[in-house]
Amino acid sequence: MVATAIPPSAPPAVTATINGMPVTVPAGTTILEAARQVQVKIPTLCKNDDLLPTAACGLCIVQIAGQGRMQRACCTPVVEGMAITTHSGELTEIRRTVLELILSNHPNGCLTCGRNGTCELQALAADFGIRVESIKRTVADLKPDTSNGSIILDFTKCVKCGRCVQVCQELQDVWALSFLDRGISTRMAPAGDITLAESPCVKCGQCANHCPTGAIVENDETAAVWDALHNPAKHCVVQIAPSVRVAIGEAFGLPPGTDLTGKLYTALRRLGFKAVFDTNFSADLTIMEEASEFVERFVHQRGQLPLITSCCPSWTDFMEKVHYDFIDNFSTAKSPQQMLGVLAKTYYPKRLGLDPAKIYVASIMPCTAKKYELERTHEMYASGYIDVDVALTTRELARLIKQSGIDFLNLPEGQADSILGDYSGAGMLFGVTGGVMEAALRTAHFFITGRNLEKLEFESVRGLQGVKEAEVTINGSTIRVAVAHGLANVESVLEEVRAARRAGGETPIHFIEVMACPGGCIGGGGQPYGVNGNVRAKRAASVYQHDRDRRLRFSHENPEVKRLYDEFLERPLGPKAHELLHTRYTARPLYKR
Amino acid sequence: MTKLLLADLAKHASRAPARGPNWVRISMDTGGIAAGADEVCALLEKEAGTLGFPLAVQRVGSLGLSFADPLIEVAREGMPTVVYGRVDEAAARRLLKDHLIGRRLLDDHILASRTRSVALDGPTTCLLVKDTSADSGDKTQFFQFSLLEELKHRGLQDKVQVVRALDMGVYDKGVAVQFLPSRVTYVNVLAADIARIVDTTLRGKKIIDNLLYRVPDKQVRIVLRNCGKFDPENFQDCLDHGVYQGLARVLGGLSPEAVIAEMKTSGLRGRGGAGFPTWLKWQLTREVARTPKYIICNGDEGDPGAYMDRSVLEGDPHSVLEGLIIAAHAIGASRGYFYIRAEYPLAVSRVERAIADAHAAGLLGDNILGSGFSFDAKVRLGAGAFVCGEETALIASIEGKRGSPSPRPPYPSERGLFGQPTAINNVETLAAVPEILLRGGAWYAQYGTEESRGTKVFAVTGKVRQPQLVEVPLGITLRDIVFELCGGVFGGKTIKAVQTGGPSGGMIPEHLLDTRVSYESLQELGSIMGSGGMIVMDQDDSMVEVSRFYLRFCVDESCGKCAPCRIGGYQMLQILNRLSRGRAEPGDLERVRAISKAMQKASLCGLGQTAPNPVLSALRYFEPEFKAYVEGGVTYARKMSQARPAESAPAAAPATA
Repeated sequence: MVATAIPPSAPPAVTATINGMPVTVPAGTTILEAARQVQVKIPTLCKNDDLLPTAACGLCIVQIAGQGRMQRACCTPVVEGMAITTHSGELTEIRRTVLELILSNHPNGCLTCGRNGTCELQALAADFGIRVESIKRTVADLKPDTSNGSIILDFTKCVKCGRCVQVCQELQDVWALSFLDRGISTRMAPAGDITLAESPCVKCGQCANHCPTGAIVENDETAAVWDALHNPAKHCVVQIAPSVRVAIGEAFGLPPGTDLTGKLYTALRRLGFKAVFDTNFSADLTIMEEASEFVERFVHQRGQLPLITSCCPSWTDFMEKVHYDFIDNFSTAKSPQQMLGVLAKTYYPKRLGLDPAKIYVASIMPCTAKKYELERTHEMYASGYIDVDVALTTRELARLIKQSGIDFLNLPEGQADSILGDYSGAGMLFGVTGGVMEAALRTAHFFITGRNLEKLEFESVRGLQGVKEAEVTINGSTIRVAVAHGLANVESVLEEVRAARRAGGETPIHFIEVMACPGGCIGGGGQPYGVNGNVRAKRAASVYQHDRDRRLRFSHENPEVKRLYDEFLERPLGPKAHELLHTRYTARPLYKR
Repeated sequence: MTKLLLADLAKHASRAPARGPNWVRISMDTGGIAAGADEVCALLEKEAGTLGFPLAVQRVGSLGLSFADPLIEVAREGMPTVVYGRVDEAAARRLLKDHLIGRRLLDDHILASRTRSVALDGPTTCLLVKDTSADSGDKTQFFQFSLLEELKHRGLQDKVQVVRALDMGVYDKGVAVQFLPSRVTYVNVLAADIARIVDTTLRGKKIIDNLLYRVPDKQVRIVLRNCGKFDPENFQDCLDHGVYQGLARVLGGLSPEAVIAEMKTSGLRGRGGAGFPTWLKWQLTREVARTPKYIICNGDEGDPGAYMDRSVLEGDPHSVLEGLIIAAHAIGASRGYFYIRAEYPLAVSRVERAIADAHAAGLLGDNILGSGFSFDAKVRLGAGAFVCGEETALIASIEGKRGSPSPRPPYPSERGLFGQPTAINNVETLAAVPEILLRGGAWYAQYGTEESRGTKVFAVTGKVRQPQLVEVPLGITLRDIVFELCGGVFGGKTIKAVQTGGPSGGMIPEHLLDTRVSYESLQELGSIMGSGGMIVMDQDDSMVEVSRFYLRFCVDESCGKCAPCRIGGYQMLQILNRLSRGRAEPGDLERVRAISKAMQKASLCGLGQTAPNPVLSALRYFEPEFKAYVEGGVTYARKMSQARPAESAPAAAPATA
C-alpha cells in the first residue's frame, strides 16, 4: 500500500463527484461545503455557517446516485464514491414548490420590511424567478413583540429556520427564544409565551444578525436621530465605536475588514453632527479606570479577584441574571459609550460654554444591547441628563447615510474632534475579543512597573477560539487571564473560579474579559449581515492593523485623556471619576413577571 | 423475592402452571375494560367463593377478538374449555349459574375455536352451531332445533349439548358446526345433513369428508403468543408460562454476536413500519465503541385505528421487557427506556409493574441471573405527539426537549439518546425477539416471504364485520385477512378499499386485495405496511373525505420544524377542503400533486415524507371521485363516489414513491 500524504491526525480524504466534477474533501465534510469547492451553490434558507444544520427548510436537497430518497446537502456528509447531482429539472421543480410554500406562509410585505434588500428569502424568490403566488397565502395574525427596546420580533415574517433559537440557546446559552405550538401554528417566541422584555433576553442581537428574514430586527431609531438633527435647538454630537469602522463598508458592498474611519468622520459631520467624537477615546479612559482597579485589587489586595470586564452590556445583563455571584468581581468602570456620553454632557459643554441641556448625544455601536444600556441604571444619568440619547447600530448608520444622499464611498477622509477624539491603538482593540484585556495589560504593566512593555502584542488572547487563557508576568508576579466570547463560553471559565472558591483555594484566574458576541464587537448583533468566521477574522485583522498603524499604542499616553484628568477628573478612581465614570450592579430575576 | 439465577429459570421451563381444573380468564385490556370487563370481573371474583368448588379468576391480556369484548375463557372440569364473548353482567350471572354450576354452555356467546381439528379425539360433548352466511335470514335457530330433535330421536340429548355460537371463525360458509372438545368443524351444512351428522359423526365417530372444513387457521401467534393466556401482573404465572426462557438461553451462553446472527437468520424487520432489519440495527449500534449505550422500546403507537402495541404491552409486558434485555445484551446497552404514550395508562402501569417485578427477581439490575450482564430499564411517557414515534423526535422527547426530528445522519446507532449510541425497536419487534432466540431464527424464518419474514399483527377495523387483532404470516393476501379472518364487510355492503399504514399509508382498492402483504408489495401500491393498522372501507366511503381525514391528522400532528411538511400539508388540506365544498380552482389537482412531491422529497422525517400517501393513493385509484368534485360539484360527486368502482388500470398510474 502506498503511503498517503495526509497526516495521521487529519480525517481521511474522500473523493466524490458533484454534477460530474470530481471533488476531494476531508471525511465528514457536508455536501453543501464540498459543493462550494467546485463553485456550486446549493440554495438554503436555514443553514448558517455559524450553526449546526437544523435541516428545516428543505431547499438544499440533492440527488445521490443509487439512493431513492433525496438528501439534504446541509447535513449529509460526503461519502467515498458518491455521485451527487445538485441541480436537475426535478430538483429545481421541488425546490420551487418548497419556496412557493414558504412564500405562501409569509406576509410578502417586502417594501416595508426592515430586511428589504438584505433578506435571504427575498433573494431566493428573486433567483427562482417567482412571479405569481400560485398557492393561496395564509399568514397567522400575530402582533410584533416590541416590548424590548433593542430587538423587535415580527412573528409573521418568521420562516422557522431555527437559527435564532439555536443562536439563543447554543451560541449564547440565554434560552430566551424557543419554538411554541406545532404544525402550521408553530412560531418562534420567547419560551413560555411571554414578551421578550419579560424573558431572559440579554439583547445581544445575535438572533437578529442571523435571521434570514425580517422576523427579528433591531429597533430602528434613525427617525429619532433625524428629528434631533433637524431640530435647531439641539446641539447634536456623535460617537463612533471601534468595530463599526471595520464593518460598515460591507453594507456598501466593500469587502469585510475595510477600515473606513476617515470617511465615517466626514459622513457624520455631513449628516449634521456638530462634533464627532470617537468611542476609542473613552475606551482609553475605561482602560485608565479599569487598569487602576486591577492594580488596586491585584497589587494592593483591595477588592475581589478575578476582575471581570463590564463594557459589554449583554454580558452585564447576563451576569446580573445568571452569574450574580460574581457581582463583586465586576469592574465598576462604565463602558466607553457611557463614559463618552457623560463627558459630552459635562466636560465638553463646560469647555465650550454650551448648555448641556441642549446637547444630544448619539452613539454608533455594533450592538443592539447598547440601546438597552442607555437606561440601564440611574448611573447612566450621571451628567444630570440621559448621558447618551440614542444608540444606533452599524446597520442603522448605513441606512442613515444612504437616506442622506451622501456618496459615502467617495468621501474625503475626515478627522475626529480634538476633544474626546484622539485615541490610542489600545482603545481601538476594544472592538475585538481579547482587546480589552490586551489594552488593560499594557496600561496595568505601566502602572505597576512604571515602564512600558517592549512587546505589545499578546498573541495568546487573540484569535477566535471561544476561551483563551494566558499568563503574564509583571514584576515577578504571574497574572493569569482568561478571555471568553460568545456567552455559552462563559460558564466554563466562571465554573473554574467557583470550583476554586468552593475548595477555599486561591483564584485560578485574576482577570477575565467577556464579550457576549462571538468575536467580540466586530461580530456584534448590530453589525452588517452575513457574518461568519471568515468575516470575523477579516474584521479582527483590520482592528489589529489599525492598532499597529497608530502612533499612540498605550491608553495612558493618550494626551487628551491626560488633559481630561488634569482639567476635570483629577485622577483615576478619584471622587469625580467615581461620580461620573462608575456604575453598580444588582442581581436581577431571570424572568420578569 | 430472592434474586433468580439461570438455574432457577431452567426449573420454570419444565414446570406446568399450577392451577385447578376450574378457572375463568377475563381479558382485562383497555378494550375489554371499556366494554365492561371490570364489572364482570368484580362479579365473578365476588361469586367465586359461593360455588362450592374452587374457581380461579384470572385477569389476563386480550385474546384480540375485539368485536366480542368483554371476553372470558372458561374451564370447568369435565367440560370443553370455551371462550365467551360479549359477556355483560347478566351474561356473567348466567355463566355462573348455567355453565359453572349447571354445566350447560350458554347460547349466543361462545366464540368457536379458530384452531380447528380434522380428527375426532374422544367423545363429542357439545355442538356449536351458527349460520355464517348472512346477518339476515339467520338459520342458526332452525339448525339448533333440528339437531336437538335429531339427538332426542337417537336418545343422545343428555350426552351432547347443541349451542348457538356467537362467532365460528369462518365466514360465508353456510351453516357451520363445531364439535367440542375436538374442534372438528363442518361447514355448508344443509338440513339434509343433520341426520348424517348425528349418525356418522356423533354415533359412528367418523368424519364426513365433504362437510369437513380443512383450511387451517391462517393466524400464527408469535407476538401474541401469551396474550390472554395468563395474568401479566402475576410474575410467577409469567415465569411458569415460559417467559424469560429466551433470555435464559441468551445469558446462558449466547454471545451478542451469536444473538445478532440468530436475528439475521430470522429475517425479522422493524415492525414499527419502516422495516429496517432488526439485526442490522443492533449490529450497527454494537459496532460503535462509545459507552454507555441505550436501547429504547418505542411504544408511541399513534396511527388511527391501530392498537397492536397497546394490546401486547397490556397483555404480555414481560415478553417485551425480555426482548429489551436481550437487545441490550446484543448491543451492549446498560440502560433502556420504554417510551409509551401517556394515553395508555394501563400499558404504562403494567410495564412499570413488570419492571419492578423483574428488578426484584434479578432480571434487571446488576449481574442479571448471575450472568455478569447488568442492565436497567425505566418508563418514559410520551405526551401524545404522533411525530414522537419518529426515532430522533422520540429521543429528543426522552431528553426533555421539544419533540422535533433531527437530521440523520448521524443515526441514533451512532449518536442517539444523550448523544450516545442507541437502538430503538418497536414493541412488536421486541415481543418477537425472545421466541426467536428460544426457537431459533430458522424457525421464525419459515413464516412469511423471502424478503418479509415472520408474522405481523394487524388491527383490522373500519367497516369490517369482526374488528379484531390478527397475527398472520407475511405473504398472506389482504383479501384473506379481511374476508377469511375478519368476516368481510359489515352490513352486507361492498368493499371499496383497505387502508393500510395509517396516515403514512394509502388506500388499496378492491381489485388489488389479492396482493400478498409484505413491506415491498404494499409500497409498490403506494401504501406502506406501517405499524399494522388496517381500515376497511365500503361503498359508502368517499375517498376524498377519507384522504382529507388522514391529511388533517398529519397536519395536526406535524411538528412544524420543516417547511415542506409544515406548510405543504396545511396548504394541501386547504385545497382539499375547498374541493370538497365544490369550490375547487383550476389546477388544484396538479397543485396537490406538486405539493405532495415536494413533501415526499423534501420533508425532514417520515411523517412529512409519507403524509401525502393517503391523498396520492386515493388520487391514483379513485381520481374520478376527485374530478367529480372539480367538475360537477358536491352533490354530483357524492353520487359518483358511491357508484364508481376503483379504476382498474393501476399499472398505467404513475408511481408515487
